Amino acid sequence: MAKTKDKGELGWQEIEIGCFITEPGNAIQFRTGDWKSRRPVFDLDKCNKCTLCYYFCPEGCIAKTEEGYFLPDLYYCKGCGICAEECPKDAITMEEEAG
Amino acid sequence: MAKKVGLEVSVAVSEAVKLVDADVIAAYPITPQTHIVEHLADLVADGELRAAYIPVESEHSAMSACLGSSAVGARTFTATAGQGLELMHEVLYVASAMRLPIVMTVANRALSAPISIWGDHADAMAVRDTGWIQLFVENGQEAVDNVICAFRISEDRRVLLPAMIHMDGFHLTHVIEPIELPEQSAVARFIPPFNPPLPLDPEKPVTMGAFAPPFIYTEVKYAQDQNLRASKEVITECWQDFGKTFGRYYSPVEKYQAEGAKTLLMTMGSYSETAMVAVDKMRDEGKPVGLLKLRLWRPFPFAEFRQAVKDAEVLIVLDRALSFGGPGGPVCAEVRSALYDEINKPRVVGFVGGLGGRDISMAGFEDMIEQGTKVARTGSEQAFEMFEVRA
Repeated sequence: MAKTKDKGELGWQEIEIGCFITEPGNAIQFRTGDWKSRRPVFDLDKCNKCTLCYYFCPEGCIAKTEEGYFLPDLYYCKGCGICAEECPKDAITMEEEAG
Repeated sequence: MAKKVGLEVSVAVSEAVKLVDADVIAAYPITPQTHIVEHLADLVADGELRAAYIPVESEHSAMSACLGSSAVGARTFTATAGQGLELMHEVLYVASAMRLPIVMTVANRALSAPISIWGDHADAMAVRDTGWIQLFVENGQEAVDNVICAFRISEDRRVLLPAMIHMDGFHLTHVIEPIELPEQSAVARFIPPFNPPLPLDPEKPVTMGAFAPPFIYTEVKYAQDQNLRASKEVITECWQDFGKTFGRYYSPVEKYQAEGAKTLLMTMGSYSETAMVAVDKMRDEGKPVGLLKLRLWRPFPFAEFRQAVKDAEVLIVLDRALSFGGPGGPVCAEVRSALYDEINKPRVVGFVGGLGGRDISMAGFEDMIEQGTKVARTGSEQAFEMFEVRA
């Protein structure tokens, strides 16, 4: 992804030549979480720590907590709903972002 | 001392690529460009040019291979024509946007259908907006000199853009002309080694051409346009230096017998040579006509062009391509647009002719000038005049 600035975004004269990326892995700065219209809500009472959501998440934004449960990082979650579809315990529900 | 030798222009272009010591040639043969890449293949196979020669399966692959080689910092050359240039089309945009200074000669050829292997400028006009530096040459010597200049211009850190040299298919590629090939040592002094600021290098990784979301794409494209516009200064500087070093000078808009001309004809490429003879004859007859040869097509030399036409009453523009259903030939449309806001400007008359390799003779250019001068007076119902079209 194109380089970003902490405050505001780069002007045309500040862009790296050819818009090259010179900092490996800087896609981590890119907030894909604002693409979603629905967000996954995890009910840890139902979760049996099976890891399926972790493996199925195409964004790779679900991580293991210290207690061994799994939770998404909503900064990156695009709201695709695959985790909710795959969860065998119906512990994940998709809720509207709006409202 | 460099001496003049009789060479086929395609061979001379390949020799120029040898003189600049290119590292990689990736190409696919297509008429009328074939002799260029064939001779380069010979030079590499015979050990006269130490370069990697990549024979590919299509022009799309040729340009893609050129991207990779230029990205690691290799001096890269390719050549194509007509349909081949069209097949490269999407990759051309990538080369310019990724600031890769590939040099390509285009042996201009008409586009299908019906199939034509002969020359016009339809291929060049279709790639007008790809972001490449583009210039036209009118004879073999100009082709050689401008291949050499193109490498220096493109690789200049102030530019870093690919360059296309348009040379008419057959009319240039397949003729033998007396051509002076500069000494290799002089060319080596003229072109510094290619040293890109951000090459592909595993020790210092970069990603090229990656994703740009809406928040940055506009800035990237504006930067690209500014960069191409600014390259004009480096281009003219290079041509000046070339003149001082090798004795042949080039400029963005070249004038021939234009002093005091009331009617100017504007041409591009090899047909300019015939037009010059026609202008000479008309001058001898006391007619105030002159010729402009547009050498630099992109970036368009607005200031030089406006300066060159400001005292003329009539400007006749020859296009060797059509913009179907559009405002006339592509060059004429741009010229009209460039003059729209000027106070003192000539009346512009557009002709389309010389399509698919049809010659325009000396008498033809005389007719065009006479007819154009008349149309300038009477006006025309048409977007352009189709030259010598049979009813």
